Amino acid sequence: MNPRFRSYSEFLFLALLLALLVAFFGILSEHFWSVATLQTITNRIPSLALTALGMTFVLVAGGIDLSVGSVSAVAGAVFGWAVADHGLGVGVAAMLAVGAGLGCGLLNGALVNTFRMPSFIVTLGLLEGARGLAYLVTNSQTKYLGERLGALQATVPVLGVSAAFVLALVLTAFAHFVLTSTVFGRHTVAVGTNEEAARLVGISPARVRMIVFAASGMLAGLAGLCHVARLGAADPNAGSGLELSAIAAAVIGGTSLMGGRGSMLATFVGVLIIATLEAGLAHLGVTEPMKRVVTGAVIIGAVGAEAVRARIASRRLRLGA
Amino acid sequence: MTAPRLAIHGLKKSFGTNVVLRGLDLELEPGEVHALIGGNGAGKSTLSKIIAGLESADAGEMRLGDNRYRPRDRRGAQAAGIVMVLQELTVLPTLSVAENLFLAALPARAGVLDRRRLRETARAALERVGLRSLDPDLPAVSLGVGHQQLVEIAAGLARRGHILILDEPTAALTGAEIETLFALLRDLRSGGTSILYISHRLDEIALIADRVSILRDGQLVATLPVRETTRDRLIELMAGAPALAPTSAARAGRGELALRLSDVRSGGVVRGISLDLHRGEIVGLGGLIGAGRSELLRAIFGAAPIDGGTMMLGREQEPFAPASTREAVARGFAFVPEDRKHHGLFAPLSVRTNASIARLPIARFLPGVVDHTTEAAEVTALLRQLQVRYADDSQPIAELSGGNQQKVVIGRWLGRDVQIWLLDEPTRGVDVAARRSIYALLRERAAAGQSILIASSDYDELATLCDRVIVLSNGVVTGEFSPPTLTPEAFMAAAFRGFEKGAAS
Repeated sequence: MNPRFRSYSEFLFLALLLALLVAFFGILSEHFWSVATLQTITNRIPSLALTALGMTFVLVAGGIDLSVGSVSAVAGAVFGWAVADHGLGVGVAAMLAVGAGLGCGLLNGALVNTFRMPSFIVTLGLLEGARGLAYLVTNSQTKYLGERLGALQATVPVLGVSAAFVLALVLTAFAHFVLTSTVFGRHTVAVGTNEEAARLVGISPARVRMIVFAASGMLAGLAGLCHVARLGAADPNAGSGLELSAIAAAVIGGTSLMGGRGSMLATFVGVLIIATLEAGLAHLGVTEPMKRVVTGAVIIGAVGAEAVRARIASRRLRLGA
Repeated sequence: MTAPRLAIHGLKKSFGTNVVLRGLDLELEPGEVHALIGGNGAGKSTLSKIIAGLESADAGEMRLGDNRYRPRDRRGAQAAGIVMVLQELTVLPTLSVAENLFLAALPARAGVLDRRRLRETARAALERVGLRSLDPDLPAVSLGVGHQQLVEIAAGLARRGHILILDEPTAALTGAEIETLFALLRDLRSGGTSILYISHRLDEIALIADRVSILRDGQLVATLPVRETTRDRLIELMAGAPALAPTSAARAGRGELALRLSDVRSGGVVRGISLDLHRGEIVGLGGLIGAGRSELLRAIFGAAPIDGGTMMLGREQEPFAPASTREAVARGFAFVPEDRKHHGLFAPLSVRTNASIARLPIARFLPGVVDHTTEAAEVTALLRQLQVRYADDSQPIAELSGGNQQKVVIGRWLGRDVQIWLLDEPTRGVDVAARRSIYALLRERAAAGQSILIASSDYDELATLCDRVIVLSNGVVTGEFSPPTLTPEAFMAAAFRGFEKGAAS
């Protein structure tokens, strides 16, 4: 069996899991099939999808970015501060916000490269530090922006989905293209698979790391904007725990925490699975603590089932050969 | 006549297709220092590991006195009184010196560490190796490499062996420390301990050893009393009969200068190397393990920092000091690492990705985007040209044989405009057919005007493939030969020269 086919069958497995979840909730809750549910799900998707895409880049390159939740809060805070406190236009404020995200990402990359520290530690530091920064920028207050968001709250006509959702779809496709079809994508996989071998064919691992962390920071910034657009407010508490959901989505999608392996499309399906699960459980009236228990079980179940499937497939391959 | 303390007969050992020991004999008497010498691949390390229980032999017999000896592991060997001080330091840096010494048998009462007894026994053991003033409570990491080595030896002695194996024990020691060690070895010898002493340093052997055994190609050549032999005789015995006559076809005269190194230094291992490499030339780097060949190649390629000296490129002699491998590749260098598995392969990735990674074809009009169709076509053509045996170019490269993997690791550079090839043991673990096609490929590259610098531990490879052979020893150049002047004796003498007293330090 060739690897391309193998990845198709993996993808099929994920799609099946998603279909099962939808069917399950559809049967148990008569209200699941509704426009409202669809909107709940599509609302949840953008910020999670954007951070999960960035996370997948970093994971494939052999690192991890624990700071994305806090960085998204910094971006939201900068946006709120610019619009509410300084009366800047939405466009300028959005650029500042995304720039703040990018800055945090570059800082992560620079620290990892300069001091050769594990990215786990560096980004753990920023998980804390950036959260503090978000409080400082907003003075620990939620800034209500309401009407002033303007274009950011636009919905796409006919479909009724948010612009943020469309952005998430477009960026997923773009990220997929970058990882599979560009020189940079190939170098990212090479560095994540075997950093020393990559270096010895003339790839600069430091440069690759810098770019993936920058991308992850920028995407987290965009995720922060999506969050602000949805709530109509800049909340310094936004996005707490988002990094773990993003890792979960990537891992459900088959991304390896050891580096070198991952797919943007599969990560997006992972995001859909998490969003569907959350919306479905809410429909069933499951309490918040129980929701978390079930979500945790699904993460472990999905990754475990995939591992079993892969082992069976490779055994069959060996017997067939 | 009494039986020797340790008698080895007909010992055989292979790793895969690589035969290391071919029926080796050796006898070790009580109360002697017995030196073991030989070139790379002679089998010294493998033999000592088998005696110390770190490897098991495929065939042959070992006897300790009148009993058969067959250690299951290092502990088994130690129980039989055989202790080996490993060449690589096994000191655990965060533990104290005393803890390191007695890690295997820490004194304890009811499971609680008896610190006082530990400290006392440690102090006694350290005193034996002349480290009277060393505080046994210091963390081992605070010691220099030389002291760590002495602690290792102390740890070995503390295990009360009657056979002690030392592998290059003086490599990291200063003159005074060596004196201490030798005094200790003489002391042990007069107490009846047998010492197997492996070293490149022939002058040390003359000082400390009673007898010397010469190994070549996994067999014992001779065991001689040290007093009755000379340095030249030893080198002659290690080198053996003249091997293949050099067959490299005489090529048209040298091309222009491609690379000039002047007094290049790197990491304390490369200690001032100057050499010239011309266009169309294949230059071999020979020497013993630890001579600095790999380190030199890595420094040239920008994979290790250069601490001194200069490099110049091409006829114009442009200064060249790569800050990264990326820069070296951009200037026309190609590199093939010694450790294929860890430094050459992207093992789980496809054959195709492995073959194209050094130069990906770019789509027209789309900068930075890979042209998949061209990539697949180029890789297929490359694999056919190199006669790589594979099932499907999307299969993981880990599934290919070593020879075919190596063809891909070398071939991935063919798409680039390479000027200078740096190859480190390019035919290690490669079957004969693949080896032949690698040689053909390199000759063809040289004929096209590219320059090739190749480090090899295989004398025949150097003698048959290279236009010139430069011998490194202990980080400096100790010899340069072109095929007519290259003989195994001269080569071996040069390889050992840097380790002699008075050689560059």
